[in-house]
Amino acid sequence: MLNAIYIIWLRELKKFIRDRSRLISSIAQPLIWLLLIGTGFGATFGKVGDLQYIQFMFPGILVMTLLFSSMFSAISIIWDREFGFLKEMLVAPIRRTSIAIGKAIGGASRSTIQGIIILVFSPLIGINITIQKFFLIVPLMFFIAFTISGIGIIIAARMESFEGFNLIVNFVIMPMFLLSGAIFPISNLPQWLSMIVSINPLSYGVDIMRWVMTGISERNPALDLMVLSLVCVLTTTISVYLFSKGK
Amino acid sequence: MSIIEIKNLTKKFGDKLAVDDISFEVKEGEIFGFLGPNGAGKTTTISILCTLLQPTNGIAKIAGYDVTKERDDVRNSIGIVFQDPSLDGDLTGEENLRFHGMAYKIPKQIREDRIKYLLDMVDLFDKKDERTKNYSGGMKRRLEIARGLLHHPKVLFLDEPTIGLDPQTRNRIWEHIIELQEKNGITIFLTTHYMEEAENCNRIAIIDHGKIIALDTPENLKKNLKGDLITLKTSDNQKANELIKTCFSINPYIKDDSIFIYAENGENFIPKLFRALRTFEITSVSVRKPTLNDVFIKLTGRAIREETMDGVGRMRERTRGR
Repeated sequence: MLNAIYIIWLRELKKFIRDRSRLISSIAQPLIWLLLIGTGFGATFGKVGDLQYIQFMFPGILVMTLLFSSMFSAISIIWDREFGFLKEMLVAPIRRTSIAIGKAIGGASRSTIQGIIILVFSPLIGINITIQKFFLIVPLMFFIAFTISGIGIIIAARMESFEGFNLIVNFVIMPMFLLSGAIFPISNLPQWLSMIVSINPLSYGVDIMRWVMTGISERNPALDLMVLSLVCVLTTTISVYLFSKGK
Repeated sequence: MSIIEIKNLTKKFGDKLAVDDISFEVKEGEIFGFLGPNGAGKTTTISILCTLLQPTNGIAKIAGYDVTKERDDVRNSIGIVFQDPSLDGDLTGEENLRFHGMAYKIPKQIREDRIKYLLDMVDLFDKKDERTKNYSGGMKRRLEIARGLLHHPKVLFLDEPTIGLDPQTRNRIWEHIIELQEKNGITIFLTTHYMEEAENCNRIAIIDHGKIIALDTPENLKKNLKGDLITLKTSDNQKANELIKTCFSINPYIKDDSIFIYAENGENFIPKLFRALRTFEITSVSVRKPTLNDVFIKLTGRAIREETMDGVGRMRERTRGR
């Protein structure tokens, strides 16, 4: 079981390191958001509570990096299916459970590495990351990314081709990001929007990440952690189940 | 000794019977050809044998292991080359093999030795550090054969191993296949559309509408057609056909614009035939030994080669096989 998870993970990382263009774009994208939206909105919003707007936004952008990277990584199962490699994995004497978990850990690892690269820019924004904080942020990133990977595998487990891929980007990934509290505070939203935000698991990830990085949060961080843990257990279980039962 | 045993195997997709109560055995060390028109149940059968699909009914055993109950033992006993490529294009040839070796838990030193040996055998050692997305179709197929052999399987499944490849590459792949059988005694179970290739098999099973309709050596299958095949074109095939039936009490058939007649000593039979058909204008006649393709047409009513043109049918079978 561990051997199988390890080789699936190893493959993900190898492909990650090899795919330069994706690596660069996945790092450039959050930086562009920070630079353009951060500066633009910052000029209008000024401050959010005690934080400069760009400081408020930074943890959100970090989580956005995890969201995109983990989702794409999990959805690469569709690519594996389309290009046949999934069959090679399915006829090998390894459990489908190991394939799903290996994929999720692999996706979470890639995302965490990208997150660490983004984290390097934090001093420029005026967020001081101490060593202690760093060793809190890294596992937190991995945890959030692993949870998102589970969601991605649930989606990919039943998709036969990548025709539905744009649908996922537009109707799952973008709403999850926009309604996560990453780019605007969630405290003073109208009721209906506030409801949607509270069922978005990513909003808890953004909140706790902001708390760890800046000490400011909009919810109780203990609640964030509880909700995230629950979602993580749920998505992992469902994704493993669906992937094992799938064709 | 039988390495593959299939008893009353049945697979239904909804109401549709894809494999209908088939039973046969494959002997250890033979090259076994599995032929049939598209949608006949070939890919479904292979998928069941490879543990990718659960049968609705019946038993299949490979090397003594049950394909539904002892999956991991079966998986360790078989190597598979799928009809469609199944390599990771972002990994190099060597890495694709290494992934496979790790998945099958081959000890590191043995794994690396075998990778070297197999890459050399399929003439890809020079290309081992190149990503497989840059490989040609033939190189990919050769690498997949090497990969299928890496864990020393008892049975190698080849689903259309040479489809879409040029004749030289096809010949080379066949050299590998025959060498494997002769040197290592490995059992090979293959499907093919090319009748010339089916001639290389020790035994052939022909499947149609989910049932095995013939199983024998290529020689015996051809012998069953009795004698020579005479192909005749006349001014009125229908009427000529009726006349031949009544005169000689044999059963010819019309396909396309020709009448096909099986007769012993064809050379002697033609003059008799001409005498009987003197009221017809005969535009062409030929006589030859029957080929496997003739066997196939006789049994299924279709030429196997027509199928290769039918892209839609191929897609359909692929979808079903999933």
